[in-house]
Amino acid sequence: MIQAIAFYLFAIIVIGSAAMTISSRNPVHSVMWLILAFFNAAGLMVLVGAEFIAMLLVIVYVGAVAVLFLFVVMMLDIEVAQLRAGVARYAALGLALAVALAAEILIGIGAWSAGGLKISQRIAPIDGNVPNIQAMGQLLYTRYLFVFEAAGFVLLVAMIGAIVLTHRQRGGVKGQNISRQNARRPQDATRNVQPPVGQGVQL
Amino acid sequence: MTDFFNHTVGMSYDWAWFVATIVGILVIALPLMLAVAMIIYADRKIWAAMALRRGPNVVGPFGLLQSFADGLKVFLQETIVPAAANRVLFLLAPIITFTVALIVWAVIPFQAGVVLADINVGLLYVLAASSLGVYGIILSGWASNSKYPFYSALRAAAQMVSYEVAIGFVLISVVLWAGTFNLSGIVEAQRAIYRFLPVNGFGFNPLLFPMAVVFLISALAETQRAPFDLTEAESELVAGYQTEYSSMSFALFWLGEYANVLLMCALNATLFWGGWLPPIDWAPLYYVPGIIWLFAKILFFFFVFSWIKATVPRYRYDQLMRLGWKVFLPLSLFWVFLVSGVLMIHRVGL
Repeated sequence: MIQAIAFYLFAIIVIGSAAMTISSRNPVHSVMWLILAFFNAAGLMVLVGAEFIAMLLVIVYVGAVAVLFLFVVMMLDIEVAQLRAGVARYAALGLALAVALAAEILIGIGAWSAGGLKISQRIAPIDGNVPNIQAMGQLLYTRYLFVFEAAGFVLLVAMIGAIVLTHRQRGGVKGQNISRQNARRPQDATRNVQPPVGQGVQL
Repeated sequence: MTDFFNHTVGMSYDWAWFVATIVGILVIALPLMLAVAMIIYADRKIWAAMALRRGPNVVGPFGLLQSFADGLKVFLQETIVPAAANRVLFLLAPIITFTVALIVWAVIPFQAGVVLADINVGLLYVLAASSLGVYGIILSGWASNSKYPFYSALRAAAQMVSYEVAIGFVLISVVLWAGTFNLSGIVEAQRAIYRFLPVNGFGFNPLLFPMAVVFLISALAETQRAPFDLTEAESELVAGYQTEYSSMSFALFWLGEYANVLLMCALNATLFWGGWLPPIDWAPLYYVPGIIWLFAKILFFFFVFSWIKATVPRYRYDQLMRLGWKVFLPLSLFWVFLVSGVLMIHRVGL
């Protein structure tokens, strides 16, 4: 009963906020709707018992990705009218994508109603009693170890690539020398003088 | 409590659970509000004592009712929304800050078995909720449509994102040692960590003690307490993201901020200093209820927070970023390797 109420609540909010993400006029509002959608998707994950995925969804997407989105969008001075002008140009492409996605959903539902996947047909069946994190760890670090490490390498390469692309050495820039800053004492910077009356201070 | 509503009152299990959860939320949230009011008073008193002043001493005996007087005053004021502000987000921002500060308390164990949501991913939930905290501040800065709040919001966002990384790695080393993400499990794993020395708490482990220090400092930065309070540096940014706020929306920021500080003290106590366990594993100490030990530890860490606020000058912004990215991040990352290596040798052998 409560599960059903929660499911429909989360599902309706996900769909509604996803629609608002693409239809709201203000880009910052769009990002906020997107965050709401992420959040309720995490709620749906909790309902199906995948609490680890739900928490990761919130930490990664809401906590990191959406913050960066918001950062960029806040800084931009976006003209809504300009954005509106682009809609007609990309309408055909958008429509094609929408049709493709709708077809995928329909095919998925069709396959499901033709007979859902049996648990025994899962590629890597796990014991139902172990917690989420343990189950994922057991699979990731035993059966899929090499795939997992390959994914790690791809991410590492991407990270190094991003650093190489954006890092450039410019001449004529004064860098900070932290150890020199820390080694500086008041005696190095100030000097007590007692100037005689009527005479200035020699600097 | 679910059992009480299920069997004694005679509701169905679903509704008994629902009502029990609502009651549990109220039992945690309402005293928390009271605690926040009193802790603001305590903060001002400690700060005043260290500056050789009296602090609040007019309203009520010893000024005890000062916070309530302030609350009443703020409640009666008019909420002013600047004409250029984005009205909805402007009013939403303090609510987000306040809510996020409250929801994490759901997973804090107050005593053995006394916890609102005893979930397997408790610590991840804490991380997830604390990563939401930044939204209240970013939105308030942007929605105010004013330059000082906006600067402050940018600083806050960069600061919180930076220190969250270090906190994440610190938490991973704790989780590795405890072997669970469940906060009650982590507290239980801290019982009598040595055979020869009866102490409860990972902080007494010399390997994990540096992480306790890193966590304490990162917690200061995460809650924007002094010396990392650059987001409301009054000499540069007026009052930071709170500049345009008045009345209840301002009060919500304050309540949220102090609830967050209390939360970080509670996390410090729970993750490193044994939570509701007494600090020394000695039978007579267990006669004191666990919740008293937890509160004593929370108050001790709050005193440390106030002490730091009263004595340490504010960091420069580049120093803050350097500490986060160049000192804490490599240190905590190295510590994850160190802790997992020690655990491997300890449990599996060379």
